[in-house]
Amino acid sequence: MSTIVYVNTNKGNVNKASLEAVSYAAQMGGEVIAVQFGDADSSELGNYGADKVVKVALNEFQPDQISKTLQKAADENGADTFVLSHDFSGKAIAPILSAQADAGLVSGAVALPSGDGTIKKAVFSGKAFAHMKINTPKRVISVLPNSIEKKEVGKSAAESSMDAVAASASLTVKEQKMESTDLPLTEGEKVVSAGRGLKGPENWGMIEELAKELGAATACSRPVSDMDWRPHHEHVGQTGVAIRPNLYIAVGISGAIQHLAGVNQSKVIVVINNDPEAPFFKSADYGIVGDAFEVVPKLLEKAKEMSFND
Amino acid sequence: MNILVCISKVPDTTSKIAFSDNNTKFDTNGVQFIVNPYDEWYALVRALEIKEAQGGKVTVINVGLADNDPTIRKALAIGADDAVRVNVDPQDALSTAKQIAAHAKEGGYDMILCGKETIDYNGSQLGGMIAALMDQPYISYASKLDMNGNTATIERDIQGGKEVIEVATPFVLSAAKGMAEARIPNMRGIMAARTKPLNVIEPIEASNATEIVSFELPPAKGDCKYIDAENPGELLELLRSEAKVL
Ligand SMILES: Cc1cc2nc3c(=O)[nH]c(=O)nc-3n(C[C@H](O)[C@H](O)[C@H](O)COP(=O)(O)OP(=O)(O)OC[C@H]3O[C@@H](n4cnc5c(N)ncnc54)[C@H](O)[C@@H]3O)c2cc1C
Repeated sequence: MSTIVYVNTNKGNVNKASLEAVSYAAQMGGEVIAVQFGDADSSELGNYGADKVVKVALNEFQPDQISKTLQKAADENGADTFVLSHDFSGKAIAPILSAQADAGLVSGAVALPSGDGTIKKAVFSGKAFAHMKINTPKRVISVLPNSIEKKEVGKSAAESSMDAVAASASLTVKEQKMESTDLPLTEGEKVVSAGRGLKGPENWGMIEELAKELGAATACSRPVSDMDWRPHHEHVGQTGVAIRPNLYIAVGISGAIQHLAGVNQSKVIVVINNDPEAPFFKSADYGIVGDAFEVVPKLLEKAKEMSFND
Repeated sequence: MNILVCISKVPDTTSKIAFSDNNTKFDTNGVQFIVNPYDEWYALVRALEIKEAQGGKVTVINVGLADNDPTIRKALAIGADDAVRVNVDPQDALSTAKQIAAHAKEGGYDMILCGKETIDYNGSQLGGMIAALMDQPYISYASKLDMNGNTATIERDIQGGKEVIEVATPFVLSAAKGMAEARIPNMRGIMAARTKPLNVIEPIEASNATEIVSFELPPAKGDCKYIDAENPGELLELLRSEAKVL
C-alpha cells in the first residue's frame, strides 16, 4: 500500500497540519509519499514518516491543478490512498480528488482507521461521532487538525520534484490578505478566547498578553467579531471556525449552543465568568466564578512566574 | 444568471442528538428539520440578490425523498423560482454529487452554490465533488461574491488568510459567513411557494462510496472543577500537573 499526502506551505514553512497528515499516513502503514506544494524546508516530513518527498513549484492555490498533480503522483507511485489535513486547503482539494479518482472520502477524521477499517469522525457539529467505511478501492481521508498525535520516526526522505499538471478549471488570484498572527487559530494547541463580557475592544490587551504568555492563539465569540471588536478570523462557533485545541480558555462567554458547536471538541475547557449560572460551566472541565477584570490579571501574573513560554 | 443552489435538509441546531437500532440510525423522533443554515443564509440569499440585481432564475436542488418537500418549500418561500428533487435517499456525498451533476449538466446553469458544510455530517464535500464531476472551477469558503457580466470576483478563505480571485462562469462555490444576511420569508413568499414548481426527477445509477457503520455519543462530561477566584493561579498549576495541557 502506498499513500499520497498533500503538504502545503505558508511563508516558507510546512504547515503543522500537513505534518499531522504525514504522521497519520505513516501510522496507517505502507509507503508514504509527501507531495509538497511551494518552497519550504522539507526536512521535518521524513522525521514524521515520509519515505519520499516530491516537491512541486506551484505557489498559487489552484485546487483543480493541485488535485490533478496529486493524482499523477498517485499513478506514478501506484498509490491508492490520499491523506490531507481538513483545513481550508484540504477542504477545497479533498472533494475534488474524491470525485476525480472516484474514491470515497471521509473528511475530518479524528482517529486512525480501526481494525475493521472504519474511520471515526465528528458529526452533528461535535455532538456525536460516526464510524465510516469507504467502499471504493481508492480512498481519500482528511484529518481534523490537532486530533491525532504526531510521531517522530527520524527517517530522512528521498527528495525529487515534479511539474504541476496543467488544469482547465483555474482561477486568477488578484490579491492575498494574510493574517499577521504567527499562530493561526486553527493550528493553535492552546486558545484563549473572550466574549461580550469583556465590554469593549480596549480590554483585549490582557487577553492577548495571557495568550502570549501561554503560547496560545486568540479567539472570540460571534457578537465580538460582529461588532468589530476583534477580526473576523477569530470568530469561533457554528458560523465561524470550528477548533479542537488541547486547551480552550473562555473568558466572559456565556456558552450558547452555537458557540459550543465550534469548541466542544476541545480536550480541556476552562470557563471564567462572573455568572455562576452561565451555561458554559456545564461543558467546562475547570471553572472560575469571578470578574474577568480581576481574575485575568492574576492569571497573567502567575503565568509569567511559571514562565510557560520558554 | 441561471443559478442552482444545493440545499440539504438537516436537524435544527438545538436538536437533541440520539441514535436508535443499536446506534446505527439517527433517531429523528421529535427532531425539527430545517434547510441547512449555510445553504439558506449564505448560498440561497446571495443567489437571490444576484438575480434581483441582474435578472435570471434561481433553482434549488435537493436529493431526498418526498418527506423533504416541506423543507424545499421553505427555500421556495424565501424566493427561489423553482425546485428540483432527485428522488433517492442520500447516503453518501459522492453519490449525491453525481445525482446533482447529472441534473446540472442538462440545466445550463451559470453557477452552482452550496453552503460551506452541512450541520449534520459536517463533510464540506459536495461542492468540490460537483465541480470536479462537471470539470468546473471550485471556490471553497467564499465570503464575498460579486458579478460583473460573466466574471465573478470572489473572496475565499485559504489557510492563513483570505484571497480575492476572479473566475468566469460557469463555476461551483461553497458559501461561508459574509456572503449575505439571512432573510425571513414573508406571508406572500409562503403563499407563492405553494404553487411554485417542485419537479421530482428519478435518480441515476450511483453506488455509495462511503457508509456510516455506527454512531457514538461522546462520553458525558465530568463535573466542572471550580477554582477559587481569589487564587486563580491554582488553575495554571492544575492545567500543568493534572490536565497536562500546559
Ligand atoms: C444562527 C446563529 C448562529 C450563531 N453562531 C455563533 C457562532 O458561530 N459563534 C458564537 O460565539 N455565537 C454564535 N451565535 C450567537 C450565540 O447564540 C450567542 O449569542 C453568543 O455566542 C454570545 O456571545 P457571548 O457569550 O460573547 O455574549 P453573551 O451571551 O452576552 O455573554 C457574555 C458573558 O459574559 C459574562 N460576563 C459579563 N461580564 C463579565 C465579567 N466582568 N467577568 C466575567 N464574565 C462576565 C456574562 O455572565 C455572560 O455569560 C449564533 C446565534 C445564532 C442564532
